[in-house]
Amino acid sequence: MSLPSRVTLSPAGAARRNPRALGHKLQRPGLYFALPALALFAIFFAYPLASSFWQSMTKTVGGETVFVGLDQYARLFLDPLIGKSLFNAGILLVVQVPLMMSLAVVLAYLLNQSWLRFRGGFRVLHFLPAVTTLVAYSVVFRVMLATDGGAVNQLIGLLGIAPVDWLNNETWARVALIASITWRWTGYNMVIILAGLQAIPEELYEAARLDGAGRRAIFFRIVIPQLRPVLLFTSITSTIGALQLFDENFILTGGGPSDATLTPVLYLYKVGFRQFDFGYASAIGWMIVALTAVIAFVQFRLTREKP
Amino acid sequence: MTRSQDATRLGASLRHAPIYLVLLVGSIISLIPFLWMVVASTHRTSDLFGTPLPVLPGGELLTNLARLQEDVNFGRVMINSLAVAIVYTAFSSIVSIMAGYGLAKFSFRGRNVAFGLILVTMMIPMQVLLVPLFQMMASIGWIDSYQAVILPFVASAFGIFLMRQSFLDFPDSLIESARIDGANEFRTFYRIVLPVAKPQIAALIIYTFMTQWNSFIWPLLMLNTEDNYTVPVALNTMIGLSRVDYSGLMLGSLLATLPLLILFLIFQRQFIAGLLGGAVKG
Repeated sequence: MSLPSRVTLSPAGAARRNPRALGHKLQRPGLYFALPALALFAIFFAYPLASSFWQSMTKTVGGETVFVGLDQYARLFLDPLIGKSLFNAGILLVVQVPLMMSLAVVLAYLLNQSWLRFRGGFRVLHFLPAVTTLVAYSVVFRVMLATDGGAVNQLIGLLGIAPVDWLNNETWARVALIASITWRWTGYNMVIILAGLQAIPEELYEAARLDGAGRRAIFFRIVIPQLRPVLLFTSITSTIGALQLFDENFILTGGGPSDATLTPVLYLYKVGFRQFDFGYASAIGWMIVALTAVIAFVQFRLTREKP
Repeated sequence: MTRSQDATRLGASLRHAPIYLVLLVGSIISLIPFLWMVVASTHRTSDLFGTPLPVLPGGELLTNLARLQEDVNFGRVMINSLAVAIVYTAFSSIVSIMAGYGLAKFSFRGRNVAFGLILVTMMIPMQVLLVPLFQMMASIGWIDSYQAVILPFVASAFGIFLMRQSFLDFPDSLIESARIDGANEFRTFYRIVLPVAKPQIAALIIYTFMTQWNSFIWPLLMLNTEDNYTVPVALNTMIGLSRVDYSGLMLGSLLATLPLLILFLIFQRQFIAGLLGGAVKG
């Protein structure tokens, strides 16, 4: 630690005898600053977390809670709705996340070009969806996607396309959900990627140009590798977001039709607060914790490995 | 000379035309739902599904507003949401700022353990806490109260992390000079450290406000009287009614979006900074 200049005015010997005395004594109040946060975490995080873990190993029968070991976790493997919710999250992961990430990278790249006119305006416009309240934008999409006379069907009707039953057909409901989430979150990811692009040193571009690299080579050989950490971060956040999706599908489709847009968190909500099966809901919660940890671990490994 | 320069500029513009087209289409797609919110909330419900669709704002705004107020007491709901978000933001920011400072600038026993635990809480999805928190609130009789909506999430790992990062760079020598001048710890913090961290605190405040304004699943579980609803919960109730008031719903969505839109337009830089806070360090 660095001593302030004024302390050196005190006798050198005293400072040397116990150089940390002053600092040490004054370090203690740090705990008081952190105390409110730590107390709140203990009450509203540590305790519920432990309680949830305990409850995931119990079952309530006729108002009485009994210990059932890992039975609730065994149920997870046999429950087709768990399979379906994970499958739906998987679709989001395989289709929505890459679609959104590609759009975000391309937009960020274009919006980072110095020759671009109205650059600030374009950036604001593309970011705007990220400013909407989650429930509100989902409501707007729900109304716009109405089958009979909804704005989207009327718009595609102008192109001669027959009305689509967006929210009541399994495939189209998934398409609608993917489109909605992509609309809301592309600009958000674009801004993060844009910050990553701005951190790439200009010399790298210049060196590449001197070596005769074309625009395409610069994009794939310089920009994408340099963006690696940012791209990993945004993909992982988006993946976890897909796994934990609730607001959008709850409002758009309620998880339907035939659970085609059910996600693990929406299923947890239904089990816990419609069926009041707290034991099983807790086990679903821990499944989500485990899957999130796996995703985070993969991210950690991928960022650590040098390309 | 100038003619050839003009020619290259024209050439560049033509070459860039597809890019402008892409960005124009992107901007229109971004804007359509906003424009539709404005159009739809100023027309009658029956006009929203008729052919042709209205494309310009109509004259039904006040009628829709009156009905929204009549049906779901929307003015009250907006005030609820604002009050909850403001109170939450105040408490949460203070807790985050203090903890961030304590963890960045002091070396008390257990500090590293505390910081490690806070990082872990960032990784754990809050959904696993829903059942036990719900039971906790039920057992102390806090269901349908604002303290139940606000209190459990006042300590925000993300906020603490953000503040710790910004205080780490603050020079120790300034803090120690203030101590030597006889200022107590709180005074040092309040007078010397806080003013310097203003930009990051602004970013934190905006981010925290936005989080609470968006918050849906927890208020949905906690609040069960219509007069206590926050905006997202009220909107959810409206789509569940047997006869959905679509223009009212669109007006409600517009009003729900407005505070964040205004915040963004005024505080663009801090808005983006809060959003990037977690990302750039990652």
